[in-house]
Amino acid sequence: MTQVAEDIEREAGAEAVVKKFMFVNRKAPHGTIYALEGLEVVLISAAFDQDVSLAFLDDGVYQLLKGQETKAIGVKNFSPTYRALEGYDVEKLYVERESLEARGISEQQLLVAVQVVSAGEMAELMEQQDVIISS
Amino acid sequence: MLHIVNKSPTERSALASCLAHARKGGAVLLIEDAVYAATKGSAAQASVERALRELPVYALGPDLDARGMGASVIDGVKVVDYGGFVDLVIEHRTSQSWL
Repeated sequence: MTQVAEDIEREAGAEAVVKKFMFVNRKAPHGTIYALEGLEVVLISAAFDQDVSLAFLDDGVYQLLKGQETKAIGVKNFSPTYRALEGYDVEKLYVERESLEARGISEQQLLVAVQVVSAGEMAELMEQQDVIISS
Repeated sequence: MLHIVNKSPTERSALASCLAHARKGGAVLLIEDAVYAATKGSAAQASVERALRELPVYALGPDLDARGMGASVIDGVKVVDYGGFVDLVIEHRTSQSWL
């Protein structure tokens, strides 16, 4: 746990409650700010020792493609950050198979190790959460 | 789980994706431009009617009225006001917005 999170917990005087948080990503990476902002929130939540998972479906699967080169469009290439999530103990990345197939993307084209799941399995994972945050 | 959709079904895929993931025991609430999906003759009518066999579908009345669609709601879709919106959030353990 980070120092900040520890301080907040001590001030609150509360027992640590671990909830299941799922961040659902359904947007392509650079056309809107959703993906980048969503990733920032994931990193913040990771500091609070919660049970965090990420889901990628619909155009959200484009966020995980290898070889993103954003220099010429003048925006930050935040895609390497997905590889850093492991260092924050965020290790559950679920990608929907149907969304990959609809876009001609194979698992080998993704820049990080993920669990590929069916739409039905994704729906089941969503049901198991305490909190779902969409971006 | 309460699934909340706010995008027009003819502009975005949010409703289609939501309906592909919503399960029995859950509910779907259509707000803002998503209320067009709850209206007769919409391209989304068939998928909304299919969803209604599995789970309740609600539409926010003020958003229907604002769009002149208050009298065109698909049979079986329940119209709720803002208080009803709050009740739905309370009734379900979790909510998910399909942005």
